[in-house]
Amino acid sequence: MGLVEAIILSVIAASTPLLLAAAGELIVERAGVLNLGVEGMMIMGAACGFAGCWLTGSAFLGALFGIAAGMALAAIFGLMTLTLAVNQVATGLALTILGVGLSGLIGAGFVGERITPAAALYIPYLTGIPFIGRILFGQDGFVYVSIALVIGIWFFLYRTRGGLILRAIGDSHTSAHALGYPVLTVRWMAVLFGGGCAGLAGAFLPLAYTPFFIPGMTAGRGWIALALVVFASWRPGRLVAGAYLFGAVTILQLHAQAFGLGIPSQLMTALPYLATIVVLVLISRTRNAAGSAAPASLGMVFVPDR
Amino acid sequence: MQLVLEKRAERSAYIAVASPLIAIALTLITMSILFAILGKNPVMALYVYFVEPLTDLFTLQEIVVKATPLVMIAIGLSLCYIANVWNIGAEGQFLFGAVCGSWLAVVTNGTDAGPWVLPAMLVMGAIGGAAYAMIPALCKVRFGASEILVSLMLVYVADLIMDYLVRGPWRDPQGMNFPTTAAFDPVATVPTLVEGSRLHAGAIVALIVVMLAAVMLGRTIKGFEIRVVGAAPRAARFAGFNSKQLVLFTFAVSGALAGLAGIIEVAGPVGLLQPGISPGYGFTAIIVAFLGRLNPVGILVAGLFLALTFIGGEGAQISMKIPLDLTKVFQGILLFYVLACDSLILYRIRFIRTFRAPVQGAA
Repeated sequence: MGLVEAIILSVIAASTPLLLAAAGELIVERAGVLNLGVEGMMIMGAACGFAGCWLTGSAFLGALFGIAAGMALAAIFGLMTLTLAVNQVATGLALTILGVGLSGLIGAGFVGERITPAAALYIPYLTGIPFIGRILFGQDGFVYVSIALVIGIWFFLYRTRGGLILRAIGDSHTSAHALGYPVLTVRWMAVLFGGGCAGLAGAFLPLAYTPFFIPGMTAGRGWIALALVVFASWRPGRLVAGAYLFGAVTILQLHAQAFGLGIPSQLMTALPYLATIVVLVLISRTRNAAGSAAPASLGMVFVPDR
Repeated sequence: MQLVLEKRAERSAYIAVASPLIAIALTLITMSILFAILGKNPVMALYVYFVEPLTDLFTLQEIVVKATPLVMIAIGLSLCYIANVWNIGAEGQFLFGAVCGSWLAVVTNGTDAGPWVLPAMLVMGAIGGAAYAMIPALCKVRFGASEILVSLMLVYVADLIMDYLVRGPWRDPQGMNFPTTAAFDPVATVPTLVEGSRLHAGAIVALIVVMLAAVMLGRTIKGFEIRVVGAAPRAARFAGFNSKQLVLFTFAVSGALAGLAGIIEVAGPVGLLQPGISPGYGFTAIIVAFLGRLNPVGILVAGLFLALTFIGGEGAQISMKIPLDLTKVFQGILLFYVLACDSLILYRIRFIRTFRAPVQGAA
C-alpha cells in the first residue's frame, strides 16, 4: 500500500465522525434549533457504542447502542428547550457537561478492554483494484452511511415537502405556526435525528477508528462539527467538503509529527482548533457582506400561542 | 393530555427565590437514584458528599480554596450572560492567565527579586486572561464569528500552550523530568491567611470581586447598560448603547477575572505551573453563574456549594469508591434542573386535555 493511498484512507477515517455529527446538527439547525451538546452526545455515543459492542460482540449492535444513547440525550435537550422553552445555549452546555460525566461513569469499566472493530467491506475483484479499490470498496459501514446520510439530507431538504416545511420552520417559526405547521413536533424530530447522528459519530470512534475506549476520546470533535455547519453555510454539499478538509488537517498534523519537522507537537495538535477559528472568521466575514445564511429563527425559543 | 406553557403576566418573585432550592432538591433525589443504581447506600453517599466536608476544619478550608476560582470566574461570566454574550471559554482564559503570570515567577526564580513580584504576576495574569478573551470578542465584533465556538476552541489551544511550556522551555531542570516548572519563590506565592493552612489571600480577592460586581450591576450606568442590552436589545439601540462595545467590555472583564483566578490558583494552592491545575473550573463556573441566578451574592453561595461537591466527590471516591466522574454528572444534572426551574419564573405549566370533535352518531 502506497503512502498516498494510506493518507487518503486515514483522511476518510478522520473525516467520517465529523461528517456524521455535522450532518445531524445541520438538520437540527435548519429547523431553527441550536444544540451545542453535540460533544456530549458524541462521547455518550462512544461510551455506549463500545459498551454495546463489548456486551453483544457485534459492532452493528454497538452502533445502535450509540445511536440510542445520542437520542436519549437529545430527548433531554428537547424536553428542556422545546417543551419547557429554556435557553438553548445554556441547555446545550449542560448536555455536554452531563454527557462527559456520564460517559466517564459508563466507560470506566471498559477502559483497557478491546473489541473486534467493525469489518470493512470486501467485494472480490473490486476491492482488489490497485489504489482506488480499498478507497472506494473497502471501507467500513460508517463511511458509506455518512455519505448516504448527506445525500439523503440533501434530497430531503430540497426535494421534498417535509424539507420545505422544516426550512420554513427554521426561518420563521411564527409564520410557520400561523400557517398551521406543527413547529414543536418537527423540531422534536429534528433534535432526535441530530442526537442519533451524533451518537453514531461517537460510536464510530471506538468501533472503527481505535478498537478501545478512552475517556474524553472525542477530543472536541463535537465542537468542530458545530463549526463545520457554519462553515458549510447550512448546506449539505459544502458540509462534505468541509468535513474532509478538516479530516485532512488532522491527518496532516499527525504525519508532520511523525516526520519530526522540529515543530513542537503541541502546535501541530492545536492545528485543527486553530483552523476552525480561522475558517469561522473567514466564512463569517464573507457572509456578513452577502447577508447571513443562517436560519433566521436559529437559537430562539418558541412558545406557541393557542 | 398535553403539556403547555402559559406566559405569566409578570415574573414570579416567589419562584425566583425558590427555583435554585427546588433545583437542588430535585438533583439530590436524582443523585440518590444514581447512587442506588451504582449499588451504594444513598443516605450514606449523600452524607459523605454534602455533610461530612462541613464537619471538619480542614475540608471547610478546602471548600473555600476551591470556591475562590469558581466565584471569580462565575462573576465575570455572569456579566457576559446578562448581556446575552456567550463566553464559554473561561477555562482557556484561566489557563492563559496562569501562564502569563507564571512567566514572571519563572524568570525571577532563584533571584533575589523584591516583593513586587506577586502583584506584578497578578496584573499580568489578569491582562493575559483579558487579552486571550479579546480573540473571540474581536472575531465576533469585527467579523461576526460565533463567540461560542471561537472561545471554546481556544480552551484546547491554551491547554496545549501550557503543556508545551512546562514540558519544554519552562521545565524545572531539577524536576526529575516531571512536566512542571520549579516551585515558585516565596515572593511569587500568594500568602496564606492562617499559618500552616492552605487558605490563602485569594479568598479575600474573590470577596472584593463579588462586592465590586454587586455595586457595578446595581448602582452604575455600565451595569444598567449590560442589563438593558441583554434584556431588550432594541430598546438598548434606541437608548444609544453600543452593543459591540459591550461585547468587548464583558469579554475583557470576564477574561481578566478568569486570568486572575488562574494566576492566584497557580501562585496559591498549587505553587507551580503544571498540567491539570484546573479540574474544569472554567466550565463548572458556568453552572455556578446560573445556579447563582447571575447575581453576585447568589454566585458566592453557589460557588461554595459547587466547591462542596468537588470536596465531597473526592471524599466519596476515597471512602466509598464512588467514581469521580459522578461529580460531573451531578453538576450537569444540577444545571438542567436550574434552567428548567428558571423557566417556571416566566411561564406557568398547564396540563390540558386534548379535545377531539365528538364522532357523529356516537353516544
